[in-house]
Amino acid sequence: MLTKSHNEKKWRPRRIDLLPIIFVSPALIFFALFVIYPIFQTIWLSFWKWDRISPGIWVGIENYKTVLSNPEIYSAFSHSFVFIVFYSAIPIFIGLIITTLLLRVRVRGEGFFRAILFIPQIISTVVVAISWRWIYAADGPINNFLILLGAEKIATAWLGNFDTALIAVGLIGTWTNYGLAMILFLSGAQRISQDLLDADRIDGASMWQEFRYILLPSIRGEILIVLIVTMTLALRNFDIVWNATQGGPGNATAVPSIFIYKSAFVNRYVGEAAATSFILAIVIFSITSVLLLSRRESDD
Amino acid sequence: MISARDKLIAHTVLLVGALVALYPLWSIFSLSISETKSIEKSELKFLGIYFGNYVEAWNRGAFNQALLSSLFVTISVVLVTLLCSVLAGYALALTKVPFSRTILLLLLFGLVMPYEGIVISLYEMMDALNILNSYWALILPQIALSIPFSVFWLRTFFTTVPKTILESSTLDGANRWQSLRYILIPLAKSAIGTLATLLFLFTWNEFLLALVLVPSNSSAQTVPLSLSFFAGNRRNSEPPVTAAAAGMVALPILLAYVFLQRRLIRGIISGAIKE
Repeated sequence: MLTKSHNEKKWRPRRIDLLPIIFVSPALIFFALFVIYPIFQTIWLSFWKWDRISPGIWVGIENYKTVLSNPEIYSAFSHSFVFIVFYSAIPIFIGLIITTLLLRVRVRGEGFFRAILFIPQIISTVVVAISWRWIYAADGPINNFLILLGAEKIATAWLGNFDTALIAVGLIGTWTNYGLAMILFLSGAQRISQDLLDADRIDGASMWQEFRYILLPSIRGEILIVLIVTMTLALRNFDIVWNATQGGPGNATAVPSIFIYKSAFVNRYVGEAAATSFILAIVIFSITSVLLLSRRESDD
Repeated sequence: MISARDKLIAHTVLLVGALVALYPLWSIFSLSISETKSIEKSELKFLGIYFGNYVEAWNRGAFNQALLSSLFVTISVVLVTLLCSVLAGYALALTKVPFSRTILLLLLFGLVMPYEGIVISLYEMMDALNILNSYWALILPQIALSIPFSVFWLRTFFTTVPKTILESSTLDGANRWQSLRYILIPLAKSAIGTLATLLFLFTWNEFLLALVLVPSNSSAQTVPLSLSFFAGNRRNSEPPVTAAAAGMVALPILLAYVFLQRRLIRGIISGAIKE
């Protein structure tokens, strides 16, 4: 054996294996040109004052100072954190309750229900926003229903009202995401053996105990996936807000991405917009790395 | 023992969940077939359903062009992404790529990076390359942004292929290209199929990139963007017409979903769990 490998070294000294490099190259070239390079360009732009017309002026970290001293940015981020509740926490909560209930029961037509629950995920966010705009409209179904109940006093233009707009947009996110949480949790729950559940029930385990000691440990991976996906959606959240309210009324539903879009492409404060997008990216990176690291630790 | 009461609760909960998921679509559909005062053409009925709003929306919005644009952009993105990521996924899973850990880390970084972090630069870049408002401005970045997810998806699949299968193919004298082409790709058919469907959905529904990169050329605009402009236009303020436009946009995807849902959901679940 030894001599053989020795011989091989002699026969072909340090030949570089080209095939893996060739195979990886197309993907990496696309990725480097249109993802990695733009990231650095965003950072670069964030140090300039520039409106796309007059020549740019190097301003160092001035844009970051401007952005971080703007109270509207803080309110935009605070809206994002409200959206985390609606996009992430509530769907996960609903998903867990339903999975616990279904753990006890074999449901007929589960595939059918799954398919329907996944529909909010496949529909274009623009269609989603338009349908909810109608549902929330002054003469839309919700208000018609309230009038039917004789509660016309509560009726309002839900997306146009400063008090209700943020929650109304948040609930659209709940609607798009709860099915995703349910589907993934249910599929994780299928790994739990029926014997374990039966034994547990003979011991008289309550539904809470079943949830806490059987369901929760076995679907931890799924919870993490749903948490990362939905929190990122909540923090990015451009499409639904833009098409439902454009951030209004006033700035009641403005989120950082709306801010970035408006300052880069409407008001042409390119540097400030770039600084804001870098800050947003950092926030999202920090949250996802904390979540990923927490899994690694709990796995050990 | 599972009581009848538990069974009833479970079924009711699922039924309510499903009805809530369907309600917005139902409400927009029923709005879209309600007759409007401004377009009183009662002859536009088919099987007793009024579809005048659809005719109106189709005539006013350039949706035929948008559908073609979407189809062209989406198919190009899906095909090129699949090609690049099958090769890269295979290489990263089963061969020795220099700096593979760094590459994977970079791709992971791309996976969580928000599009908002790069749209401004992409706009400047496409402007500098003189391809703003063209298909290229959408296709190139969308391929790049789809690559991290696709490479991880396929790499994960290729690492789960049993070693014995690979070894037997090399014993038969197949080189790596042949074993990828004739053994691994056929094995990965359903993983690739699920990935293609997901990529199709992501690309088809992408809104922010379209809004930023093809803002002022209606012949290169994709369906979500056209719909958004259509709904935002005051001229189209009658809700039933907007609803009809939304319905038309949702329909092709819903129809495709009816046929693909079983495989798609099963594929997502098995893919997500492996990750």
